[in-house]
Amino acid sequence: MNKPESSPLLDALNLEVHYGGIAAVKGVSFSVMQGEMVCLLGANGAGKTSTLKALARMINSTGEIRYAGEKINELPSHVLINKGLALVPEGRGIFARLTIAENLTMGAYHRQDKAEIAADVERIFTMLPRLKERENQVAGTLSGGEQQMLAIGRALMGRPKLLLLDEPSMGLAPIMVAKVFEVIQSVAAQGVTIFLVEQNALLALKVCSRGYVMESGKITISDTAPNLLADARVRAAYLGE
Amino acid sequence: MDIFLQQIINGLTTGSVYAVVALGYTMVYGVIQLINFAHGEVVMIGAMVAFTVITSLAGGALPAPVILLTAVVAAIPVCMTIGYLLERIAYRPLRHAPRLAPLITAIGMSIILAHLALMVWGRNPKAFPQIIANPVFNIGEASISSVQISIILLSFTMMAGLSWFVYRTRFGIAMRATAEDVRIAGLMGVNADKVIAATFVIGAALGAVAGVMYGSYYGIIHYTMGFTLGLKAFSAAVLGGIGNLAGAMLGGLLLGLVEAMGSGYIGEITDLCQWSLTSSMLVEQCKDGGNFVLFGSNYQDVFAFLMLILVLVFRPSGLLGERVSERA
Repeated sequence: MNKPESSPLLDALNLEVHYGGIAAVKGVSFSVMQGEMVCLLGANGAGKTSTLKALARMINSTGEIRYAGEKINELPSHVLINKGLALVPEGRGIFARLTIAENLTMGAYHRQDKAEIAADVERIFTMLPRLKERENQVAGTLSGGEQQMLAIGRALMGRPKLLLLDEPSMGLAPIMVAKVFEVIQSVAAQGVTIFLVEQNALLALKVCSRGYVMESGKITISDTAPNLLADARVRAAYLGE
Repeated sequence: MDIFLQQIINGLTTGSVYAVVALGYTMVYGVIQLINFAHGEVVMIGAMVAFTVITSLAGGALPAPVILLTAVVAAIPVCMTIGYLLERIAYRPLRHAPRLAPLITAIGMSIILAHLALMVWGRNPKAFPQIIANPVFNIGEASISSVQISIILLSFTMMAGLSWFVYRTRFGIAMRATAEDVRIAGLMGVNADKVIAATFVIGAALGAVAGVMYGSYYGIIHYTMGFTLGLKAFSAAVLGGIGNLAGAMLGGLLLGLVEAMGSGYIGEITDLCQWSLTSSMLVEQCKDGGNFVLFGSNYQDVFAFLMLILVLVFRPSGLLGERVSERA
């Protein structure tokens, strides 16, 4: 794994998300260093997905979000990929009626370098050969695991610097989960900074270097992955001990 | 005369116009689930602009085909501008409003555009000038005019062009992606405002050409024509499965054919003198081979809406439409 550099790529300060009158995220602060792989753990409804959506500007939030030193709170979501920030949303969010090749084309939509895009498609297909076999099928026909692979591959087509992943293991068979996490680790090894939201704490802490634990809209614990794995509270709440 | 073949030819002609107009409805619906009821009026304004250009240039030095081409080239940007303004001024501010609000706004825009046309072009029907010779060719006992041939060819060319654009270009893929999930498309860097505006503008450009085709075929245009034409094209889009491009094309052609067949045969079918039960009651009318027709071909508009009702009852998602629950 890459050694984290000292400058934070992503910084959230007092982030709050409200749905009508209900607060889903109640003032959380965290940071992700360049080259790091950090996870955000927590139970259902803790506010993890809302946090990620706020980071990707899919929903409005108060507080401050700084990405690569720039405040992005007010930007529309479609300019973020240009800056290297990509989100693989919860439930994968692939375009079911587009073909696999077209989904990948969409991942590189903001890029103009045709030759490089074609090379990246080949690179993704080498990494995920199952997708190559079904290049021209509509993505809705893929299995859940393959859809997750496609969603990650599509995000990589944007050549992100920071990849936000929302529950990549959700609804997948254990063997598929292992494969998805292999892919995520190889992406991290290429130097992409990763912020991973997961309910499967054991799995997440094995691949991340640091983690935050979120409970009812607040971050309650922040520590290194080995310490979190040893933490009695984490073990009790998320590892079933 | 061979009524069957003749009505096939006529139906294909009107059906082609319906199909091109229906594409405007279905594209917008596909991307933002709005029924743009003002689209029929955009088509009408296309016809009106072409009418103005042709009447002001006719009799001048320009050859007739150049005048007609100029008319089309003038109508397209006018309609594109109207399409853009509709989206920008009327619909965009309501994009996150409850669905009823933009729908009512669409009906309002339709009325406003019709009355703007009334103010500019007056309330009398306009004779659309036929400046190009229109030779008629015989096919067996039926005939086809060169205007009909041009309409069918032009429509199919535009439909093929649009399909290529939507299925083969990057922007077309982005349009389909936006139609499927506007927020995920945003994550890919797609500016939804641009895509939605483009959808309106492309539909309006097709509508402008459809307006000129309508004027050339029927030879008469009126500021209220957008209402019926729009409603029929909308029916065609629903018939094919609204939101589905191929569906709009199929629905348009089918609607044109059904309408032509209906108006071609309804007189024969509802001739009460052919049945002994009714003819015995209508002795006076039926003697010497006379007939008493209940519904004449002036009932042709009924067929479009009859079909719309049948589709809504038996196959609400349309012929090529997906099941509504698919969008999960």
